[in-house]
Amino acid sequence: MIAFLAQTLRIAMPYLFASAGGVVSERAGLIGLTLEGYMLIAAFCAALGSYFGGNPWLGVLAGIAGGAAAGLLYGLCCIRYRANQVVVGIAINLFAIGITRFFLRLTFDSSSNSPRLAGFIETGTGFFALVRNPLVWLGVLSLPVVAWVLYKTRFGLRMRAVGEHPIAALSVGVPVQRVRWFAVALSGGLAGLGGAYLVFDQHQFTDQMTAGRGFIALAATIFGRWDPPRVALACLLFAAAETLQIHLQGAQLVPSQFVEMIPYLLTIIALAGVVARAVPPAALGKVYE
Amino acid sequence: MKLRWLGGLRGLRGLARLKLEEALLPPVVALLIALLVGDLLILSFGQSPAAVYRQLLEGTWGNAYGLGQVLYKTTTLAFTGLSVALALRAGLFNIGAESQLAAGGFAAALVGLALPAGLPSLLVLPLYVLAAGGAGAIVGGIPGVLKAKFGAHEVITTIMLNFIVLALLNYLITTRYKVHDTLHTAEIKSGVLPRLADFYSPFHGSAANAVLVLALVIVAATWWFLFRTRAGFELRAVGLQPPAAEYAGVNVGGVWWHAMALAGAIAGIGGLNYVLGYKHYYEEGFSAGAGFLGIAVALVGRSHPVGIVIAAVLFATLSQGGLAVNALVPKQMVDVLQAVVIISMATAVPEVRRVLLAVRREAGSGKREASTAPPNRTPLPFSRSTP
Amino acid sequence: MIRLTAIEKSFGPVRANRGASLDVATGEIHAIVGENGAGKSTLMRILSGMFRPDSGRIEVNDRDVTGWRTADAIASGVGMVHQHFMLVPTLTVTENVTLGAEITRRGQLDLAKARQDVQALVDRTGLVVPVEHRVAELTVGEAQRVEILKTLYRGARILILDEPTAVLSPPEVNELWRVLRRLRDEGATVVLITHKLDEVMAISDTITVMRQGETVGRLKTSDTSPSEIAKMMVGRDVVLAGSGRVPGEAGRVEAGSETSRAGALPASRFSLPALEVRDLRVASSRRANVVDGVSFAVAGGEILGIAGVEGNGQTELIEAIAGLRAATSGNILLAERDITRASVRERGDLGLSHIPEDRHERGLVLEYSVADNLILGQQHHFTKRGALDTERIGSHARELIGTYDVRPTDPALPARALSGGNQQKIVIAREMGGAREFRVLLAAQPTRGVDVGAIEFIHSQLRQARAEGKAILLVSADLTEVLALSDRIAVMYGGKIVAIVDGMSATAERLGPYMTGAAAA
Repeated sequence: MIAFLAQTLRIAMPYLFASAGGVVSERAGLIGLTLEGYMLIAAFCAALGSYFGGNPWLGVLAGIAGGAAAGLLYGLCCIRYRANQVVVGIAINLFAIGITRFFLRLTFDSSSNSPRLAGFIETGTGFFALVRNPLVWLGVLSLPVVAWVLYKTRFGLRMRAVGEHPIAALSVGVPVQRVRWFAVALSGGLAGLGGAYLVFDQHQFTDQMTAGRGFIALAATIFGRWDPPRVALACLLFAAAETLQIHLQGAQLVPSQFVEMIPYLLTIIALAGVVARAVPPAALGKVYE
Repeated sequence: MKLRWLGGLRGLRGLARLKLEEALLPPVVALLIALLVGDLLILSFGQSPAAVYRQLLEGTWGNAYGLGQVLYKTTTLAFTGLSVALALRAGLFNIGAESQLAAGGFAAALVGLALPAGLPSLLVLPLYVLAAGGAGAIVGGIPGVLKAKFGAHEVITTIMLNFIVLALLNYLITTRYKVHDTLHTAEIKSGVLPRLADFYSPFHGSAANAVLVLALVIVAATWWFLFRTRAGFELRAVGLQPPAAEYAGVNVGGVWWHAMALAGAIAGIGGLNYVLGYKHYYEEGFSAGAGFLGIAVALVGRSHPVGIVIAAVLFATLSQGGLAVNALVPKQMVDVLQAVVIISMATAVPEVRRVLLAVRREAGSGKREASTAPPNRTPLPFSRSTP
Repeated sequence: MIRLTAIEKSFGPVRANRGASLDVATGEIHAIVGENGAGKSTLMRILSGMFRPDSGRIEVNDRDVTGWRTADAIASGVGMVHQHFMLVPTLTVTENVTLGAEITRRGQLDLAKARQDVQALVDRTGLVVPVEHRVAELTVGEAQRVEILKTLYRGARILILDEPTAVLSPPEVNELWRVLRRLRDEGATVVLITHKLDEVMAISDTITVMRQGETVGRLKTSDTSPSEIAKMMVGRDVVLAGSGRVPGEAGRVEAGSETSRAGALPASRFSLPALEVRDLRVASSRRANVVDGVSFAVAGGEILGIAGVEGNGQTELIEAIAGLRAATSGNILLAERDITRASVRERGDLGLSHIPEDRHERGLVLEYSVADNLILGQQHHFTKRGALDTERIGSHARELIGTYDVRPTDPALPARALSGGNQQKIVIAREMGGAREFRVLLAAQPTRGVDVGAIEFIHSQLRQARAEGKAILLVSADLTEVLALSDRIAVMYGGKIVAIVDGMSATAERLGPYMTGAAAA
């Protein structure tokens, strides 16, 4: 049982980080299609940082910086130049795949993976290994912290206003663009932590290692209705399903592919409102002048 | 009176020029930025940009094999680009071309495996087109219906459906249809299409095949549909101004889901290029991002069938060029360049428009009493906010 | 004290304010009245810092503040409540009121304190709203109170309200009056834009009347009457000069001198109703009964004008008849055939033409060519073997461009490139001279935003159609136009038709009280 919970948490970790970034971004009105790209770029930066810096914390910092930089690129296109968020979002994901592959070749002369990285814990994946990993604690805290920022701070209030009705926010003197800039950087940094976690969990960077986790995080953000506690539950639910599937692999009860579909199916169902419709922030994806 | 007429004339010529500048400037800007980024990447690898670009051109347009490969890749990209563009004309984003393409290919393979060997291509081709198009139409139509009935945003539903469909295909191929130790089906024996090399031997070894002709036919048909039929007239009206379409008696929701189904069908038929023309079997992962690149193709091609063919050639050249220069710089360079083209294009479209309008306003300083409509209504694809 | 002198403000070629002035004393409720487009809102936006005047002078409390910005105005205690609410629906009342001026304590929002402050403000002003509810859950009246609270929370002593009653029900209006009086009695100054004269009489101390960007009068409410204000608003010279003062006569003259088209109904004022509306009710997203039990009939050869201040249900009425908006109850009959559930296309094919009020939104696809716009809504009549018949579309376009004098004459130009008047001619040409014969024409704001030449042309087209026996339902915010063209005039107020008068005997003075709610049917 503990092993099951530990594994669920371990799988949920990147989702928790990235969906925390997703909540921040979407609540401020910027579509979270870029989470996958943030994570991948950050994972590579984290690998670089810890490999050349010799310290996993340097890797974490590099990961945050990489994710935030990718967020600022998104901001440059979509906040400053009012480009279409969907197009730029998709393109940033393609860019992330290309640029990490290119520099993987350039720095580690490999087309598949980096050398082994020590990370925070040398071996083991069980419960005790998990609690010794400081990133796990950050991950557990990420959505609660976002909840606090969103609901209890001035910035959070302004962010919610900007994502719903930017003109109303502007009419009372809220600096709409500045709030959005800050949100994309924060979103990139949070997703970046998810990327860093992934690299240290697997002890190396591998090509396209995020493998759609950013989109699962986006699914969790939507399925959790942009509300941090619910988003956290969605992350844990998706991770538990995966864990269960791994445990039941021998039994062949449900094919793994059908378990993989769960987050996406649930999200579509939530959006179509079969049970109770998920209503996104009103200004999400809209060009604001 | 005469003066007013002259003023009008000047205004019209200005308008035509503005339209042309607006259409051509963003791609030029985007390519220049991509070139610059390319230079940086090449230099970071210690190579000479000139040499790499020369190699890139020689490896693609410099010999028949390279050209054949470019044409092969162009074919798939023309289908997916057209698919994205058709949806865009109706005001919708089809991010699902990737899975529509895969589903189309898989359906074609299933039909092929069920057919007895040795039937003539021309006889069974309609069957393949129907199967591939039908599968794509289902995958594309679902988000369309969800949008029309429940208002579910098609961007998210098409993305989510990509994962669902690809997982489903993976399940089917691994559990039922794969040849042992591979991730592909058995070979189709009936109705496979000839390669270009069969007609012109220097193409030998390249994957270009007769589906290219099918692609050109569908490009022409789509042009005809969009600009010469009543349904196309209504579809574009929905994409440009839904309230005006409603006023014109058009069922907007109906157009939405029809457009998505049609877009899915086009992407699905694209699966024939690999399955019927190249390998003669369905293989896991054959779509290889062509669905996502279709977004780039539609964007650079300005959602016009002719522009899409040109853009498909451009992106196919880049893809193939990556392989050609791999000895000098990692082929992944072109992945980056493709992404840079999309990003800078998406960013340049609204910006170029803004700058051009500002310049014109400065020059004309409001002398013309033209339309009182706000200028931001021009529905250039991608320059507007998502619906 | 507020004093605006010689304010000039143009938007492109439109002169919104031409030397307008305003004088408001501290501690009074001051009403600014005028027709749509008289320049009231522009003047108030200049006062609140949203626009800078091209020239002129703004003084507030004896200080020259010409050209200040919104933030300066707020800081100096000038707050504006907009016609369209600036509220975030997903946030609570407290959050909305404090947004941008949040109270924080050690880096955290002090929501308890904010709630207390807002509640205290509610108690003090009597603007009762549930402070913990989300704005989305509030009624329109409550939402407006939140807007007022927002300005007061920021210390406003001068309150500007733009058409505050447009969206309110009568009890809510009374409640608003109570609050505004209370604020005045506490020393605040209230400036109120409206065109409803019953309200002006009920609430204001002084009145400024505007017409066509100019200030035409300043009156003490106790010394004037609604009819005097209505006269000033409309401008008596315009009313008296209109050539269409005897529209019925003009119509008959034309009917006699021209032969009617084949298939058209005979030009009789007493023929069967071509369009009949029975007890129609229509809902909008905001209100259940925007159109509230409307009945009327229009006969062939008749123009029925609907007069009324905008926002009294005219838009929804027209959209319901055109099939763009569902009726909640009641019936619509076209030549005695029930079309209440018919589609837009079916109605069109049965002989219903429609000049929509917003040609940029509905009437034209601006990116489409002139030729394509000339078949919009009739595209199914221009097909040949599944394809659009481009040849016929072209000849159709050339014919209509010639007949309706659309300039420039190139049918391939995008509609966007034409002037407002010529754009409207495209719509008129399509709806009146298009491929299908029409019986009934819905003409909503047919001359809005077009130049004088085009206005004359459009009016003559409407008169000619009447002479040919068509039934025309005309809706216009321009009372002069309604008076000039209509055989009968129905006045809409609050979703109901409050009066139907004969066009011959109607005058602005007579209609004014009905339009402004000062007189009931």
